[in-house]
Amino acid sequence: MISSPFDPMTILIYDGTWYGLLSCIFDVYEYKLKKISVTTKELFQPDAFSKTHEVFTSPANAERVLKGLSKKLSPTGMASIYSCHLSELPEMASVIIRYARLLFSSGISEKAYGNPDVLKIAQVAKKVGRERHRMKAFIRFRLTQDDIYYATIEPDFNVLPLIVSHFKNRYADQKWLIYDTKRSYGVYYDLHTTEEIQLDFAENPEKPTDTNIFAENEEQYQTLWKNYFKHVSIDSRKNTALHLRHVPKRYWKHLTEKQV
Amino acid sequence: MSERIREKLAILADAAKYDVSCASSGSKRKNDNKGLGNTGNGICHTYTSDGRCVSLLKILLTNFCIYDCAYCVTRKSNDIQRTAFTVKEVVDLTISFYRRNYIEGLFLSSGIFKNADYTMERLVRVAKELRLEHKFNGYIHLKTIPGASDELMKEAGLYADRLSVNIEIPTESGLKLLAPDKDRKDMIQPMNFIKQEIIQNKNEIKLFKKAPLFVPAGQSSQMIIGATKETDQDIMYTANSLYKNFNLKRVYYSGYVPVSHDSRLPSFDSAVPMLRENRLYQADWLMRFYGFHVKELLNTETPHLDLDIDPKLSWALRNPNQFPIDINKADLQMILRIPGIGVQSAQKIVSARRFQRLNWENLKKLGVALNRAKYFITCNSTEFERRNLSSMQIKQYILASSSSKYLKSNVAQLQLF
Ligand code: SF4
Repeated sequence: MISSPFDPMTILIYDGTWYGLLSCIFDVYEYKLKKISVTTKELFQPDAFSKTHEVFTSPANAERVLKGLSKKLSPTGMASIYSCHLSELPEMASVIIRYARLLFSSGISEKAYGNPDVLKIAQVAKKVGRERHRMKAFIRFRLTQDDIYYATIEPDFNVLPLIVSHFKNRYADQKWLIYDTKRSYGVYYDLHTTEEIQLDFAENPEKPTDTNIFAENEEQYQTLWKNYFKHVSIDSRKNTALHLRHVPKRYWKHLTEKQV
Repeated sequence: MSERIREKLAILADAAKYDVSCASSGSKRKNDNKGLGNTGNGICHTYTSDGRCVSLLKILLTNFCIYDCAYCVTRKSNDIQRTAFTVKEVVDLTISFYRRNYIEGLFLSSGIFKNADYTMERLVRVAKELRLEHKFNGYIHLKTIPGASDELMKEAGLYADRLSVNIEIPTESGLKLLAPDKDRKDMIQPMNFIKQEIIQNKNEIKLFKKAPLFVPAGQSSQMIIGATKETDQDIMYTANSLYKNFNLKRVYYSGYVPVSHDSRLPSFDSAVPMLRENRLYQADWLMRFYGFHVKELLNTETPHLDLDIDPKLSWALRNPNQFPIDINKADLQMILRIPGIGVQSAQKIVSARRFQRLNWENLKKLGVALNRAKYFITCNSTEFERRNLSSMQIKQYILASSSSKYLKSNVAQLQLF
C-alpha cells in the first residue's frame, strides 16, 4: 500500500485485546485504509482533524488474520507477535499492524533485521521472553490449608498467559493458583484444567497474603529454603553486581529467599 | 522435625557448595504419568550472592568421610561437625522444595562412610524412592563414589538424569600429592563404564522406544583449579580428552577455595582464582561452540590463558594474518572467530545478510561489540580500520575502550566475547 501525503489519517480505536488488535489488521484491508494510527478506547483523545474508525472485535476476523499470518511466519514468528502484544507497550500495536502489512504486501522475511519494525518485533519479543523465563524461575508457591499451591506475581509485561502450560505440565498432580496482583487476575489449576479467575479481596477479608490461610508446615519449609539459600553462597566469591543483574530488585518482593 | 533438619541442611549444604556444577538441562523427562515435575532446558530459580545459578538442591548425604583429600573440607582430619541425612529426609526435602518451585531437582553427593558401595547404595536409594514412590520426574544428578560396583552404577543410571565422576585435580601427579588414597584409575574406569552404558542405551532406544532411559543428560566432571601448580594447558588438555574420550557433557572448573593450612596447598588467605576460572570457561566454550581446537588456544608457546583479555581476542591477536574478515562474505565458522561477535550475533549476521549488505549501523543493532570487532572486519562501508596496527596496539586500544570490564578482578560472567 502506498500512501500519498494527501491521504487522510485514520485513527483505529480498539479494545486493547489480542483479538481486537487482529481485528484492526482485518479492517485495514477490509476498508482499504492507508495512513493509520491506532489507539485503545481507554487512551483515545479526539482531535478535530483525523478520521476515526472504531474496530469491532470479531473472533472470526481475528482467526482469519492469524491464519494469514501463519502462512507468512514460522511458529516462533507467530509467538513473537503475540509476545509483543502482551508487552502492553503503547507503541507496539502500531508496530504489529505495520509489520503485518509488510508481511502481507511485500512478503518481507521475519529475519530481515535491517527493517526497523522487524527488528523491533524481535527485540520486544525477546524482552518479553526473558521475563517469561524469569517468571518460570521466580514464582514461589506457598501451600494453603485448602491444599492449593498459591503464588503472587507482578511482572512488567503480561506474561501469565505464556507460562500457564509450563506450570500445568510440571505440577500436574497439585492444585495451584498464580495471581497477577498488578493486573488483578490469575490462573487456577484444579488437577484437570486451568481457568482464568479474579479474586475479590475487598469482599474476602481473608486475603491470601494473611498467614492464617497457609498450611501448618508452610513456614517451616520457607525457613528451610531461606537457610539453604544463605548457606550455598561462598563469601570469598561475593559479587553483588552480578547477583543483582540476575535477580533484579523489583522481583524480590515475591521471592521467599529474599524475605527476612 | 524442623530444628534438627535445619541444622543438618546447613552443614550438608555448606559442604556441598564447592562442587560448582549446577546444570539441570539436557534431559527431557516428560510428566506423562501425571506425577510431579519434568525436565527441560533447566531453570535457575535464584542466584547466590556471588551470582551463581541455584537450580538444584545441592547437598551431601553425609559429611562423614574415611578419606583425607587435602583440598576438601570434608576430609577425615578436618575438625568439623559431622552429620548425615536419612534417605527419607532427603526425599522429603526434595519433594517439598520442588512443589514450591524452589528447585529443578536434586544434586546429591556424599562423603564416603564405611566404603564406596555402602555409600553409593544409599545415594541410589534416594533416587529410586523419588522416581518410583513419588513419581518424581524432576532432575536428579548423582555424584558417583569412586570405586563403587558396576551394578550400583548401572542402577544409579536408571534413575538419575546425570552422573558425575569428579576428576578433582587436573594432573595425575597433583592428585597423588593431595589425595594419596585416591587413584586416577578409579575415576576413569566408571567414566568409561557410564559412556559404554549410554551408547548401549541409545541403541536400545532406537530398537524399542520404551527402553528405560539411562542418564539422559549424560555425565559431567569437575576439576579444582589452582590447588596445585598445573598450567592452563594441563587443565584444558585434560578437559579436552574427557570430552573426546568419554563424551562428557560438561567439565566444570572450580577455583580452589582455601579450606586448609596444609603446606602442600596455597596459603589460607590466598584469593580464589576467579578470573582464571572465568578464562578457562571461555576457552571451554570456544572449544565446544566456536569450533576452536584446544591446540589453537593453548600450546607450549602459550601454556597459560591471558588474564587481561579473553581467549578469543588473544587468539585473534596471535593470528593477524587471518584478518580482516569480510562480514558480508565469510562463512559462519570464520565469523564466529571474530572478537566481539558471539554465537547469536554470528547467526543473525548470516541470516540478515541474505536480505541486505550489512554496514556498521546494522552490525551494532545485531549486537556486535564494535569496539572490539572493528579492528578485525570490513563491511558494507568505505570506513574501516586503515592504520596498520600491530597486535600490541590493538590490544591497548581495546583495553582502553573497555577497561572497566576487563580489569576488574571479579568478572564472573561468561558473555565476554
Ligand atoms: S573422598 Fe570426597 S568427600 Fe572424602 S575427603 Fe576426598 S573429596 Fe572429600
